[in-house]
Order: sequence, then structure tokens, then C-alpha cells
Amino acid sequence: MTNIIVDISKYILIILFAIYTYKCFSVFRDIDYLKRRSILRTQSGLTFAIHFIAFLVLYLTMDDKPTVLIFYAAQVVLLILTISLYTTLYPKSSRLVLNNMCMLLVIGFIMLTRLNTDKAIRQFIMVTASIIISFFIPVLIRRMKSLRNFTYVYAGVGIALLLAVLALATVTGGAKLSFTLGPVSIQPSEFVKILFVFYVAASLWKSTDLKNVLITSCIAAVHVLILVASTDLGGAVIFFTVYLIMLYVATRKPVYLAGGVLAGCGAAVLAYKLFRHVRIRVAVWKDPFANWDYGYQVGQSLFAIGTGGWFGMGLMQGMPDKIPVVTNDFIFSAIAEELGGIFALFLILVCVSCYVMFLNIAMQIHDQFYKLIALGLGTCYIFQVFLNIGGVTKFIPSTGVTLPWISYGGSSIMSTAIMFAIIQGLYILREDEDEELERRKALERRRKQHEERAQRRRETTRTRSDGRPGRYR
Amino acid sequence: MRQPERVRTADRADTGDRNPGNKKKKRSRNREFAAVTYFTIALFIIMMGYIGYYDLYRSQDFINSPYNERQDVYANKVTRGEILASDGEVLAKTVTADDGTETREYPFGSVFAHVVGYDTNGKAGLESEENFSLLTSDSFFLEKIQNDLQDKKNTGDNVVTTLDVSLQQAAYDALGDNKGAVVVMEPSTGKILAMVSKPDYDPNTLSDNWSELNSDTDNTPMLNRATKGLYPPGSVFKILTALEFMREDSNYSDYAYNCTGSITQGETTIQCFDGTAHGEEDLTLSFAHSCNSSFANIGLSLNGDSFLSTCESLLFNKDLPCPLGSSQSQFKENGSSGYAVKMMTAMGQGETLVSPYHMALITSAVANGGTLMTPYLVDKVQNYAGSVVTQTDPSVYKKLMTSQEASALTQLMSAVVSEGTAVELSYGDYTVAGKTGTAEYSSDKTKSHSWFTGFSNVDNPDIAVTVIVEGYDGNRNARAIPIAKSVFDAYHMNR
Repeated sequence: MTNIIVDISKYILIILFAIYTYKCFSVFRDIDYLKRRSILRTQSGLTFAIHFIAFLVLYLTMDDKPTVLIFYAAQVVLLILTISLYTTLYPKSSRLVLNNMCMLLVIGFIMLTRLNTDKAIRQFIMVTASIIISFFIPVLIRRMKSLRNFTYVYAGVGIALLLAVLALATVTGGAKLSFTLGPVSIQPSEFVKILFVFYVAASLWKSTDLKNVLITSCIAAVHVLILVASTDLGGAVIFFTVYLIMLYVATRKPVYLAGGVLAGCGAAVLAYKLFRHVRIRVAVWKDPFANWDYGYQVGQSLFAIGTGGWFGMGLMQGMPDKIPVVTNDFIFSAIAEELGGIFALFLILVCVSCYVMFLNIAMQIHDQFYKLIALGLGTCYIFQVFLNIGGVTKFIPSTGVTLPWISYGGSSIMSTAIMFAIIQGLYILREDEDEELERRKALERRRKQHEERAQRRRETTRTRSDGRPGRYR
Repeated sequence: MRQPERVRTADRADTGDRNPGNKKKKRSRNREFAAVTYFTIALFIIMMGYIGYYDLYRSQDFINSPYNERQDVYANKVTRGEILASDGEVLAKTVTADDGTETREYPFGSVFAHVVGYDTNGKAGLESEENFSLLTSDSFFLEKIQNDLQDKKNTGDNVVTTLDVSLQQAAYDALGDNKGAVVVMEPSTGKILAMVSKPDYDPNTLSDNWSELNSDTDNTPMLNRATKGLYPPGSVFKILTALEFMREDSNYSDYAYNCTGSITQGETTIQCFDGTAHGEEDLTLSFAHSCNSSFANIGLSLNGDSFLSTCESLLFNKDLPCPLGSSQSQFKENGSSGYAVKMMTAMGQGETLVSPYHMALITSAVANGGTLMTPYLVDKVQNYAGSVVTQTDPSVYKKLMTSQEASALTQLMSAVVSEGTAVELSYGDYTVAGKTGTAEYSSDKTKSHSWFTGFSNVDNPDIAVTVIVEGYDGNRNARAIPIAKSVFDAYHMNR
């Protein structure tokens, strides 16, 4: 009986997620506010339905049933609180961004509970803390108009943190990423990403003349080089790309983009020649089986995705544990194996939907500083998704970055939560801008009416003075 | 009092004018944002396409890898399907005992050893290549649900091969206790009808003899000599030399040579087999007699670079299209080779190495008007009830030579049977075209590999047969021709 529920559930999950994903994009078609609101509410409903069905399967198939039950209840409470608090405290925030955040969290919880319940519980605590902290961020964004003036503070703190990692961090998985502070292990580059975006936005907002571009580029290069020295390949590539995109959009000069891409290619070749770990990654990408010692992880990931096929093996029916550290960088493969290739493709679309919402606010808001912030954070987010999914599917060489919202890891969750909260802050700012505009327009309208009335009065006076029949005729 | 009103009106008109301009400016200011967004979305569409492509086409190759422990997950849910001969005879099946233990049985024992392979101690042959199909159940979905309800295993799909039991058995018997290999193909479709390699092993008792079989480095019984054995081709290579000669010299039909039993160039002397002097001969007679002197003479006239490119277009130094694992054949002559190498290469000695399977492909292409069909072993996959899941349709792999070249080679190969070294094959009630070979492989001149490659029913070729027997020492039973004859006989007796 359990087998059938597992088997049927995987199809239902795919269908529900397909509907959810469709609504992520169809919502833009309806201009009607009420219809939009109902679509967005349906999305929340779908999220809870997927959450319920998946945990039903986990409850039936996992040994530690009480834990699953209690954990599920705790997650439902967290989700309900998050959604209701956001919608009441920040009615102007984007519901779609909120929905996507909840959906991605739910998928992460499902997979982590299935893979390693202890880690899932730790993740839950981190998520709760991150959401509480992120509640304050939209207010800060709205109030602190001087955010754009701390240009060198962002760069200084960022570089200092990266240097601290380089000097103090312990090596894990061939890269220096994190250091331990008391009971928690922190991965500062996750937070420096945000500081970096603020630095570049502030600097390029002030001026895009050649001198400032050169200075900014040098400081950006310092970030990237420190990351290269820490052998944090993924981080270096993300910082580089984010800077390039922000520079191109801010200066509107494709020549910077072309130059940057060229420099990037040169740097990639150089890195390949200089660093053994880069060569290994490329060799594994070419053929994971030829270098099985190193290719083991990617090979297992491909087995997982291939074995799952389009519809997946069903929750608890696959062997994602075979992939080393599957909970962190390779969680996408576990999703593809058990929930199916179709589900995984829709997951990618939901991530793209988040990105579209980031760029949407970048285009709608008027203030160039905030435009650049949204662009930088969006690029940072989506490029990390690209590196992660491309890496585990062997589309590109694996660089070892997390999948935001879904992968296990406190720093990753916290920084992603902050990024999303900043975007929500910008949505609220945009509404403020709109209101300001509305108010001006209303003022304008009133003035116009007044004006017309005055004009008419003048006309009547004129007619009468002409001695011709006036408008009272 | 009116004046200030007017000024304000002017003001308003101004801002009103500026607004649309502002809007245009704003829209164009977002151009880069839009470009970045579209680029990113395109990137993701490509990545999703790649993942879809992987799921559709590439994943089976990957998950069949012996490194993949996940296959055990399937094995826990599905009873492995059967491997069948083209007529439905069972070559491999899983028998479930009352207590649920499964054993894989191979009714023909060692006859199909290398081609069917094994599923104990890892996997090989079709058991490895078709693992995914065998462990996939395409039985009726209601039945699957019923099985799920009762916690019973589903039945895996059956793989119907192109293998012909009577041909395989004939080749197996004819090869006897010799080391060697036989490959039988249908040139018009690319079907592999038989593939024998000896020495062999019994897959039924493989686990018991595993270490013994694998440590036997003298006989290497685990090696599939048909696809992975690399041999000096000897005179069968003259097919390629003749082809290259035709390509370089359009007057090849006027070629004339007077064989005195040997040819010397510098310090290199090439002898004809047993020192026979063949006398006056043209290309056809040189080929039919397998005259080494004449071919060494031809070899001296050939352009090494062009010879290399001809051989590479005939898949030397390339991965062969092969449903099982195969070795690359090797051809090394080029423009800078000296005349010793040229003379040796032309007659199939020197550094050239070829697998029996590769010779079968070349022979099939000659028989099929120059076109090599994609070789295949799996005709179809069907569920256990017999409904077809996937079917292989014959497809062209590559045009290896023009049809004129193919028919010219066919004429040469017919002469080998009618008046040359394979005259024994002219007595059957079917016609044969082919080429013999005796390849020296060590300093011991009394021992050599015996080759034959050819096809029957020359006007409308039906099967191509390639035979190699290792270590021929003058013993008649260890020659390739009689073995090929047994296979041709077996085929035509059934027609």
C-alpha cells in the first residue's frame, strides 16, 4: 500500500509543482489586481499541499515517525507565521517573491528531512533565525536613505572579512571557506557578496567616469584575487560576474563587457595552467569516470539524475546518500533522483522566476543606486543557481557553490534571506515612489482643474466685454 | 492676480512636455537591464535543454556504468529480463527459487559466453550493455500496481538479439579447441548474427572459476577476441592496399608484374608464401594468389599520407561503431615512412593491427556496395508478454567507399575463390568472395595466424564472415577457411 502512495504521490507532486510554476509566470498576464491576488493565494495553497503530501510520504516511509510529525507541524507554523506577518507588516512587498521563498524552503525541508533529519532540524533553526532578522531589513532599507554613502565601508569590511578567511579558515573540501566562532561555523564570503554588491552600486552610482571605473575595478579585483587565493573558485567566479554585469549596466558601455569577458577568459586559462585543483575540476567535467577518485561525486550525481529519469524514483526510493555531501552542493541531484527530472526542471524555472522578480524591481524603481543593488543581488543569486545546477549536471565544471534556500548551510540561508529581504525592501520603496508620484499627479490634477476654471472665468469675462453673446446664451 | 497664474501654466506645460521625454529616457535606460535578463533566461533555457537531453539520450549510458550501485535498487524491484536469440531461444534467464533467491542461467553455456556476457562478478557483454533495459519493467501498469500491492517484483523487459543460434553453434563447433574468433554479419542491415571468441568460459559457473579465469594470462579466456583482440592482418589487409592502389592509379587494370618469388629493395627482401614464383600477373591474379612480392611492389608506389587517410576513413585509428566494447585498430604508415615499412604494410605485416570485428565491418561494406550499416546486436526490447518497447531499425553508418570501388574489390575477392588461395570455397552450392591471410606474429616463422574474411552469394550478398585462428602451425584443422565454410554451409543449409 505504501508503495502505491509513494508512486502516486510523485506524480501528484509533479502536477502541483507544475501548476505552481505556471502561475509564477502567468501572474504577469493578468492586470486585474483581484485576479492576481487570487493567483498568488493559490500559489501559497499549492505550497502547503506539496509540503503536506511529501511529509505524508516521509511519515509513512521513515522510521522516526514522531519526529517527522512534530517537525512537519513546526514547519507549517513557521510558514504560516512568515506569510501572515509579511503580508500584514509589509502589504506593499512582493507576494510572488514571498511565495517563491516559501516554496524553495519547503523543497529544501523535504529533501533535508529525507536525507538527514538532524541537519534538517539545524537548518530549520537557522531559517527561523534568518527570517526573524530579515523582517527588519525592509524597514532599514526604507529608513536609511544614506546607504549609498558608505561606499568604502562596504569594501573595507568585505575585504577584511575575506582576508580573515584566508588567514584563519580551516580547509574543507579543498577550499578555505569558513571559520568557527563558538558553536557556529561561518562562511563569510556568503555575506561579503552582499557588501560587494552595495559597494559596487554605491561607487558606480556616484560616477561612471573612467577614473572611478578604474578604481572600482581594482577594488573588485582585490576581492576576486583574495577568493582565488583561498581557492574559493565558485566565489571568485560569482564576484567577477556580478561586477562585470553591474559595470556594463551602470556605464552602458558594451566595450567594458567585452573587455571583461576577454579578461575573464584569459584568467580562466591562467587559472587552469596555474592551479592543479582547477585542472582536476575540468578533467572531471570532461570525463568523470576517467578520474574516478575525483570524479566520484559528479559521477554519483549523474547516476542519481539518470536513474531518477523524468518522474523520479519517489521519495525515500532512491539512493541519493551515495553522493558525498549531498545535503550541501549536490541537493539538486537528490531532488532530480527522487522527485524526478520534470520536477527539477520546474524548480529551475521557479529560481528563474525569483530572478525575474529581482530584475523587475531593478527596472521599475527610479533611483539608480537601488536599480544597481537589485541588479547585483539578482545576478549574484541566479549565477549561483547556474553554477550549482550546471555543476551537478555536468553542464559546466563543478565549482562547489550552494543552491540558495535549498542547500544545507546556515551562512547560505542567512545571506539568501537577507538578499530576498532587501529586494522586498525595494518593492516597498518602489510603492513609496509610486505613491509620491500619485500624490504629485493628484496635485497636478487639482491645479489643472483650478486652472481651467480660471480660464473659463477669463473667457466669460472676455466675451462679455466683447459685447457678444457669452456662454450663458 | 492673473499674471502669476499664467506663469504657473507655462511651468506646468513645461513639466508636461518633459514627462514623456523622461519616460522614453527611462525606458531606454532599462535597455541594458532587459538585455541582461534575456541573456540569463537564454542561458537557463540552454541548461534546461541540456538536462532534458541528458535525461532522454545520455542517461542510459551513464547509469549502465559498472560504478553505479543504483542498479541494485532496480534489481530489488524488478526481476531481470531475458536475453533471447533472434528466433526467441533463451540465451540468458533468471530463475527464482521458492525462497526468492534468483540465479541467472545461460542454457547454451559457453557458446554465447563473450557476446551475451555475465551478470555475476560484475557485468559484461549484453548483460552489461542492456542492463538498464533488462531491469526496466514495461509490463501493463495495472499489473505493476497489483504487484506493488502484493509486494511482488515486476518482470523486466526481454532483449531480443540479432544472434542466430545455428550460426553461432556452427562457428563455435568449427573453431573447436583453437584460439581465435568468428564474426558473422548481415551486410545489408548491420545485424551481427554470430560472434564467437575462444578460449571461453561458462557463465553458469563463472563465480566458482572467477579468480582462475582471470589469472590465466596465457589464454585470456575473459577477453572477447572478436572485438577487442588486435592482430596483424596479414594478407587480408591487401583488400585495403588494393583499394588505395585503385584510388591512386586509375590505370590499375593495366598493372603487370613478373613475380620471381621474392622482391628486394635496399636491404629488405619480401618473400612470397613458401617462396612460390607466381610469374606474370595483373592486379587480379596478384590478389588471388596473395602475391607478397607484387603487393610489396605496389606498396612502394603508394603515397603514405594518402594511404593513411584511406585507412582512417575505413575506421583505422578510430573508435568503431560497436554495441560492445571494442579496441581501436592501428595503422601507422604515413608520408615519411621508409620503403621497408611501405613494403611490409602493403602485405599486412609491419605495425598494422586490426580486430576481427573491424575486418567484418570492412567486408560488410564491400558486400553492401561500399556502405557500412550501423552494426547492432539488439533487434528489439519487448516486455515479458511480447509487446515491443523499442525496435532497432537498420541505419547507414558511413559510406566507406564508392560502389565502383566495392564492386572492383568484389571482383578481386571472387578471383581468390575461383582461382586463388580459397579455392576450397568454390565447391558449395553458393558463391563466395573473400580473402585469406596468414599473419606472422613472432620470430617463430612456423607459427602464424590464419585469417579469412569474405561473404557469400556474391551477386546479392547475404552474410559476411570473418575468421581468425591463432597460432596456425600447418595443422589443417586450425585453418580459417574450413571454419568459414562451416558457417557458410550452416547458413545456406537452412535456406
